[in-house]
Amino acid sequence: MEKVTLKIFRYDPGKDSQPYYQNYIMELEPGITLLNGLNKVRATQDASLAYRMSCGSAICGSCAMKVNGHALLACKTQLCDLAKNGLVQIDPIGNMEVIKDLVVDLEPFWASLRKVRPYLVPDTLDNPELERKQTQKQFLLIDDVTTCILCASCYSDCNVLEVDNEFFGPATLAKAHRFIYDSRDAKAYDRLEQITELYGVWDCTHCGECSTRCPTETKPMARIEEIRQAVMEAEITNNNGARHVLGFRETVSKSGRLNENYLPARSVGFFNIPALLGLLPVGIRMFVKGKNPPLIHKSIEKVKEVKSIFSRLKKYRKIKPQHITKGDINRLDEDSISERKV
Amino acid sequence: MVNCKYALFTGCVAKGAGRELLTATEAVCEKLSIELAEMTDASCCGAGVISEDNPMAADLLNARTFALAEEQGLDIMNICITCQGVHNKTKNKLDNNPEYKAEVNLELKRISGKEYKGVVKIQHFGQVILGDSVLEKMKNMVVRPLTGLKAGAFYGCYATRPHECSDLDNPDSPDEMEKIIEALGATPVDYAARLKCCGFPIIMMNKKNSLALSGNALNSAQNAGADCLITQCPLCHLNLDAYQPEIPGEYNMPIIHIQQLVGLALGLEQNELKMNTHIVNPAGILSQFA
Repeated sequence: MEKVTLKIFRYDPGKDSQPYYQNYIMELEPGITLLNGLNKVRATQDASLAYRMSCGSAICGSCAMKVNGHALLACKTQLCDLAKNGLVQIDPIGNMEVIKDLVVDLEPFWASLRKVRPYLVPDTLDNPELERKQTQKQFLLIDDVTTCILCASCYSDCNVLEVDNEFFGPATLAKAHRFIYDSRDAKAYDRLEQITELYGVWDCTHCGECSTRCPTETKPMARIEEIRQAVMEAEITNNNGARHVLGFRETVSKSGRLNENYLPARSVGFFNIPALLGLLPVGIRMFVKGKNPPLIHKSIEKVKEVKSIFSRLKKYRKIKPQHITKGDINRLDEDSISERKV
Repeated sequence: MVNCKYALFTGCVAKGAGRELLTATEAVCEKLSIELAEMTDASCCGAGVISEDNPMAADLLNARTFALAEEQGLDIMNICITCQGVHNKTKNKLDNNPEYKAEVNLELKRISGKEYKGVVKIQHFGQVILGDSVLEKMKNMVVRPLTGLKAGAFYGCYATRPHECSDLDNPDSPDEMEKIIEALGATPVDYAARLKCCGFPIIMMNKKNSLALSGNALNSAQNAGADCLITQCPLCHLNLDAYQPEIPGEYNMPIIHIQQLVGLALGLEQNELKMNTHIVNPAGILSQFA
């Protein structure tokens, strides 16, 4: 039978001065998952190897690990799909401290989740006589995001978290989405206001890593995009992210193309003197090299067609603003579902 | 002779803060007998920003662009990987949802009398170069092999993620850019950050994090011994090059558009490729190829 080498990250902070890799050679049985492979290594070769696991069925979210550089669930992955050149490198998930071998301290992940009140806040705390009902259409809005199993694969591979551990991270933003879009939650507007602040929804670069690693239908990047749509709908625009979107819309709807001289100042705010001064160095550097965008911004030929797309913007809106109102009791209109069917 | 013609979608940056990209593309394509018809009436792709305000408006902009190319009877060549990724995403969405496509087309017809049929193909410059006979032709036309130049490919997020919108054979460990670098005689450098985010999308929201991401990329490439980084996206180029003097740490890493690297090997001069407009001057590392 074909053999495979599992090259596994080992580290016991109490014993080892630094991490190292240990190779385990095993037979590549057809149909064996990576998790079963690890179980076999533990049972037959090295009982000291530490990793998390529980259900073995991609439901509990315990066995996320980095394999050949990217986070995935060991129980949901066929070993033979990974064994390029007969070698599989296994590391603990990233952006967290290692406790032992493949086990990391998940506390930063949980701490981030707690920031967004990851529970339903209804409009009244009185005990309702009946359950709080949703229509099928209302539920469809949160159908995908409720599949999150909190495996932290997205947190592990998030590019922004690599440079700033204050960032809310993909799973937390997806959790915020889950309640913002829940027709039974009464605090959607408050939630939106909170996550438009620093470290929130506008700090995501859209790198797509979270959705690519997500083993469920949660797909955080798509949810982040929907949160931003809700932010724009609710007109919470006193922040760089929303101003950037508005500025983008303004220049493209006027000329069909992006005006790079206008957008930076619009994004940071025309009266934000320190931030405007902060734009100067790069502007001067580019000007000196003749790299600055042309001062006269030319429109595309038939800009009228693009203008009419933007003048009919309201018609294209699928999520109506009245669903999320200030200090609000949030009720989602059933029309808003048609967007998700797309 | 390779004889092919594309509708050139320049994107906004190649007409604005990255005009050297357009110059280099035109010069290289002329060398390779790739005919270009610039889409002067195409709009911005929305860059994933318009869709944060209104997804259908963004889809309409791109459906209109696709319809324009179909009217010209040409496939689209992109020179910005962000435009390419956004186009791919829109195309997937329209092609896989006939009902939605009909809704978008109805509106498009009302606005412009156009219709997106679904026949146009959309390719980035890199794919065109790697296509059928172009690569062989290009190899034969190399008059200035870039021997000894250690070049790190910086793919750009939209080239690889999400996987369903990627044109790469293996988005988690691609080798397409390395193939081009090798074909020009240079040596591709493998480094940890080659598929990472440059941070550009948040430069106006969180400059500190944005530049830290660029710094990670430069640091990773520098430690792996790269002389320069090669980009497919003018936005990555802006963050890595134009902002490089503000990135914490000591870097002097020239950032080169992939079109410029091709042009150099095909015998074009650095000034013809407008490499003198870069903030980090590549003349030093390229002096042996002058």
